[in-house]
Amino acid sequence: MIKRLNWRVATLVSTRQETPTARTLVFDVPGWPGHLPGQHVDVRLTAPDGYSTQRSYSIANASSEDRLELTVQTVGDGEVSPYLTEVLEPGDQIELRGPVGGWFVWRPHSSPPVLLVGGGSGIVPLMAMVRSRGKSDTPFRLLYSLRDPGQLFYADELEKVMAGVEVAYLYTRIAPPDAGRAAGRLQAADLIAYGWPPETAPDVYVCGPTGFVEAAADLLTGLGHDPAKIRTERFGPTGG
Amino acid sequence: MGIISRAFSGRPREPDAKLPPGQYLVHDFPVLSAGPTPRVPLDRWEFSIDTAEGQVHRWSWEEFQALPQETPTVDLHCVTKWSKFGTGWKGVSLDVLMEDVESAAEYALAYSYGGYTTNLPLEDLLDGKAWIVHEYDGEELAPAHGGPARLLVPHLYLWKSAKWIKGLRLLDEDWPGFWETAGYHNYGDPWREQRYQGD
Repeated sequence: MIKRLNWRVATLVSTRQETPTARTLVFDVPGWPGHLPGQHVDVRLTAPDGYSTQRSYSIANASSEDRLELTVQTVGDGEVSPYLTEVLEPGDQIELRGPVGGWFVWRPHSSPPVLLVGGGSGIVPLMAMVRSRGKSDTPFRLLYSLRDPGQLFYADELEKVMAGVEVAYLYTRIAPPDAGRAAGRLQAADLIAYGWPPETAPDVYVCGPTGFVEAAADLLTGLGHDPAKIRTERFGPTGG
Repeated sequence: MGIISRAFSGRPREPDAKLPPGQYLVHDFPVLSAGPTPRVPLDRWEFSIDTAEGQVHRWSWEEFQALPQETPTVDLHCVTKWSKFGTGWKGVSLDVLMEDVESAAEYALAYSYGGYTTNLPLEDLLDGKAWIVHEYDGEELAPAHGGPARLLVPHLYLWKSAKWIKGLRLLDEDWPGFWETAGYHNYGDPWREQRYQGD
């Protein structure tokens, strides 16, 4: 007997502003069954006239009882994201169901090294993996491509030295003076310098806008990574 | 009806009978896939149908192009909630490809270059409901959208329309595919909102 993913009522507990246009929402979800890092939830909003609409958002936190964190980037003309980033207040309730997705997930007991390649808000499910790593022996390398330093999510947490997790910031438009790399799009040289060599057979997770994911996955296969080891998740321009 | 979201009104809208429950309309064409985009040279492309009885029917790119072509215009519904109306395609109906195939199979497993699979009841591929398409909007189908050729089964969620299609395996028993073994619904009817297992 397959159990249906039922809609649950989630109450906003607190928020953290990540950038001027993105914030993390911390929800209390009674009975939340837990999740694997990389999974997402469907969010449903309902207007007083009965109209409702749904969107999917990646889960940002490590699995935790009753607690769920989503980081939402405002999409300019979006119908749902501006509501979540600007209107929703602590105490407000929304509906969600999940966790969804059994492919773009990292299972904390898996052993090969892990390569995370994120573009923009594609960092969100990758951060759930970093946070779930805990004291695991699996070495992580994270390549985080972002437009400029002002777009950085999870700054305080990523700046703390995490043993076993190496983070490289790849700025595409404006790089801070100490970046050690000129601003520009992700290149094969970045994957060679900051990633794992294909011979180590890492589990690779790529998440970001479609163009970024297409480019990164092509570069990785071009370097000799096994396509079957590369898992991708794409945020279309209509994720709003 | 669910709980009301405080101060949420949504976009101005009119009820649209063409939009399945939980879907919203887009005008661009988002890309979704689970791994890198495979690149398939046309001189090595082939499409085949294997029957449960062990017969294999095979078409090269030239043979496939020489078959009668249709130009369906259909609405697409992706499980990630977007729908796109009135998309124009060119390709070969599965009715044409199945014409000389004799089989008592009831299920099909579509498999792709790159290793993707998805399962469907065979009857959902017949009677004008499915095509192998190689053009979108008058242009050859881009690799990110499944080129050189993809399955198109518009009455089911779009993950059933396997990109980079390589063949169909006809089976006596249902054999769940890639997303169907990763928590998604086995059949995927957008009008019954069959997104996930148990829906």
